[in-house]
Amino acid sequence: MQVNAVQRMLDFDYVARRETPSVAALIDPTGSDGLQRFFFGTKEIIVPIYRSIKVAAGQHPNADVLINFASFRSAAQSTEDALSIPSIRTYVIIAEGVPERRMRLLANKAKEMRKVIIGPATVGGIVAGAFKIANTGGTIENIVDSKLHRPGSVGFVSKSGGLSNEAYNIIARNSDGLHEGIAIGGDSYPGTTLLDHLMRFESNPEIKMLVCLGEVGGTDEYAIVEALKKKQITKPLVIWVTGTCAKAFSTDVQFGHAGARAKSETESAHAKNSALREAGAVVPYSFDDYGEAINRVYRNLLDKGVIVPRPEPLVPRVPMDYAAALKQGLVRRPTNFISTISDDRGEELLYGDMAISDVFAKDIGIGGVISLLWFKRLLPEYATRFIEMAIMITGDHGPAVSGAHNTIVAARAGKDLISSIVSGMLTIGPRFGGALDGAAQQFSHAFDTGLTPRQFVDEMKGRGILIQGIGHRIKSIHNPDMRVTIMKDYAKSHFKATPLLDYALEVEKITTSKRDNLILNVDGCIGICFADLLRTELGKELADEYIRMGALNALFVLGRTIGLMGHYLDQNRLKQPLYRHPWDDIAYMK
Amino acid sequence: MAHKPIREADGKRMIARLLKDYTPRQCSVKDMFISVGPEVDVETLPAKYSWVNNTKLVVKPDQRFKRRGKNNLVLLDATWPEARRWIKERIGRPVTIGNVTGILDHFILEPFVPHSPDDEYYLAITSSREGDDIMFYHKGGMDIGDVDQKAEALHVPIGKTPPKQELESKLLSKIPSQRKPFMACFIEGMYKFYVDLNFTYLEINPFVPMCDQRVCTGHCCAFPLDFAAELDDTAEFESGSKWGPIEFPPPFGRTLTKDEAYVEELDAKTGASLKLTILNPEGRIWTLVAGGGASVIYADTITDLGFMDEMANYGEYSGDPNEEFTYLYAKTVIDVMTRRKNTQGKVLLIGGGIANFTDVAQTFKGIVRALREYKNQLQENKVKIFVRRGGPNYKQGLEMMRKLGSELGVPIEVYGPETHMTKIVAMAAKELE
Repeated sequence: MQVNAVQRMLDFDYVARRETPSVAALIDPTGSDGLQRFFFGTKEIIVPIYRSIKVAAGQHPNADVLINFASFRSAAQSTEDALSIPSIRTYVIIAEGVPERRMRLLANKAKEMRKVIIGPATVGGIVAGAFKIANTGGTIENIVDSKLHRPGSVGFVSKSGGLSNEAYNIIARNSDGLHEGIAIGGDSYPGTTLLDHLMRFESNPEIKMLVCLGEVGGTDEYAIVEALKKKQITKPLVIWVTGTCAKAFSTDVQFGHAGARAKSETESAHAKNSALREAGAVVPYSFDDYGEAINRVYRNLLDKGVIVPRPEPLVPRVPMDYAAALKQGLVRRPTNFISTISDDRGEELLYGDMAISDVFAKDIGIGGVISLLWFKRLLPEYATRFIEMAIMITGDHGPAVSGAHNTIVAARAGKDLISSIVSGMLTIGPRFGGALDGAAQQFSHAFDTGLTPRQFVDEMKGRGILIQGIGHRIKSIHNPDMRVTIMKDYAKSHFKATPLLDYALEVEKITTSKRDNLILNVDGCIGICFADLLRTELGKELADEYIRMGALNALFVLGRTIGLMGHYLDQNRLKQPLYRHPWDDIAYMK
Repeated sequence: MAHKPIREADGKRMIARLLKDYTPRQCSVKDMFISVGPEVDVETLPAKYSWVNNTKLVVKPDQRFKRRGKNNLVLLDATWPEARRWIKERIGRPVTIGNVTGILDHFILEPFVPHSPDDEYYLAITSSREGDDIMFYHKGGMDIGDVDQKAEALHVPIGKTPPKQELESKLLSKIPSQRKPFMACFIEGMYKFYVDLNFTYLEINPFVPMCDQRVCTGHCCAFPLDFAAELDDTAEFESGSKWGPIEFPPPFGRTLTKDEAYVEELDAKTGASLKLTILNPEGRIWTLVAGGGASVIYADTITDLGFMDEMANYGEYSGDPNEEFTYLYAKTVIDVMTRRKNTQGKVLLIGGGIANFTDVAQTFKGIVRALREYKNQLQENKVKIFVRRGGPNYKQGLEMMRKLGSELGVPIEVYGPETHMTKIVAMAAKELE
């Protein structure tokens, strides 16, 4: 949808002091019905969106212009479809590259139906102080500079849309300004011709003089010559046909516009300019004198009293768009959000300071990515490797543990992936998988307050608190958990220091002397090792803060999610039906 | 854009392939048309087209220029060895047609069709706003004369089909009655073909009915001896599959220079428009103009003020090209401009109207970058620069240019919308005197 073009139209309406917005509705055939908000001055208004032109026209019977932004493929067809809508009188086709035969058929049909088509391949047109088509006139500053916000006495028509803006500037500088300006578009067969619009201007009493810009190629200008000779055009006409340079080119050069190519001497700019001059039009000797020619005719009309100067109206100020003001450094505003870990606004996605291409070039692995996004720094390789090991080891722990179990039950109830794994993840806490933080906190607190391992065990026992990270259901000192062995050995051989792990192993010696399964378990081991690692790399304070925030549990959640997803996929693959727990496994009691 | 001439061989092949779809079965054209371009190995042709060896042949250049016969560039009634030698002697060689010199690089090779001059007919179809015009003349060929005056014409209003009786009564009054049914059928078919394939112009002069004993009954072929046509290239999405794999050849004599070809490549890569034609590399007025319409007016004004001979290039950039493309485009123009020194100095016009929504400051950044890079060359070539532009952020853009002048030690005069768009042409012209 042409949201920007519509906003520019509404801004024009505002400086032109229209009481109501000129845009009644938007049509978006591929979208859905809805509403779009726009500014009308400082106020916000809503403009309805319809999927069909017919419905929109039915709802807004007073709207009589259709601006068609459809592409060159569908512009002709969609315009033709809309021709039958009686309330619409004027159709504007913006697209460039509409096939000529289609356009000729359409122009012919429109003529029969006494309707006006402007375009294709045009920026549109403007009725000064009243109505502006789409992007005509450029910026709002330019509209005011070129006095398009209020009516003058000049009717202007050209082929070129790009040049019309320049022409409005020239007209504003050399007369009392534009009354109406139309760019018919650069194609060979525009929907309406230069003459069609000049004749409209001729019969509009508000317009006192005509200004036109023709172009090499085609014969439309000769129709103007005929109209001048037959006195169908009586108002003074200033016209210049561009393309006098064509004779400088030895071979055939196609200028910017499709129609701008002389097929014979009569289609040349020179021949047309001469014929127009002979027929009584004011034709300057080059574009250089175009403005002076307009000025001469204007002053003559002033002298004759045909044009009476009008006082300039006050111009309401269009509030600047926030985005534009921000770009120019005119406003500032505190933000509602702040983010420091990644940035997707530039050429390349950044993780911290590292471009995503470097993430791969330096092969920092998932451990490196975690270290950038969680700790905002790239930890050394031994540390990122440890993070990856922790994720690998916590990946899964069989279907019987609570997380996996819940996931399986949810999956079998037909829930989607997210619901199923969330159901499992929600069991992660103090009793399941949540021991990483707890163990790290308990052990580091004991260590930091100078308790000996023995004092720590006794104190916890005295307070009746279980030491987190100690104890396993099956594994024991004689039947060690391989996961713990792997992590422990890695930490001992790769970490710079392992004071907390060493302390925990001392604690383990005491607890296993009581019962041989009171070993340092995998949660405890990962939590404590990770606390050692963070303290080495980040310093004690920062490390403790991360642990308080839950960074260690995060590691478990991340790792275990892999397994939960696996269980979800597994259950679906196996087409497992709804699970119902057997009655005989529940003790019903009163 | 829009009306694009096609090669004679491509056009004739389209007729041979498709005419039957537009006529009751008695009209057809045999596909015996070979396009010989630089990519074709002439020696392999007899193997691919067996008729080449046992048919008398015609060879003509197929490069969008007319009057080939008058320029002695048509080989008639030739054997394959003769045709082969004729092509080999001419391909890659320059010829001058009128005041244009170009390299011969495309030929059409087709059967020689012996016929009586009485069997030559003329057919043309043209389009205008209101409809199409079918022009027919009961004689044809090189010496047909002022066909616009002589030919019978039938106007077909847009969207209508010509009734057969009218075809016969308006166009075919002067041909033998036994030939009328075939001729009407052929013309009607060609008209439908013209409409359905989105032609904008078509001329066959002459074509020859290929009937036994000059009586056209039942199945009958026609042979187009000389064919020229233009297609509406915007209709590619509708008719492209019927056109087949064709290329639109450049005008004769218009071989692109390296720089022009480079800009054409850039143009193809961006949704914006970048155009460059070098008119005279020795010229002293160079332009770097924004906008298709404005660029023509700058060129006009240079011509109108009498400096046609000094106009070095025509070109434009428009459609909001990004900084990079503007830079590459500007660099190309500045590079060509500074290749050949002229002690009298040169001028560069960085012109444009008031942009609708192109960010002037943004596009100027690209131009500034190119100018910085060519600081030394600009000084050595005594280049004086004139800038005129308006539109979004034009004030910043113009300020940037003003500062650049003192930075580079190159004189730059800068103007905005308060100065008439083409005034800098006269200022620059003064500089040259």
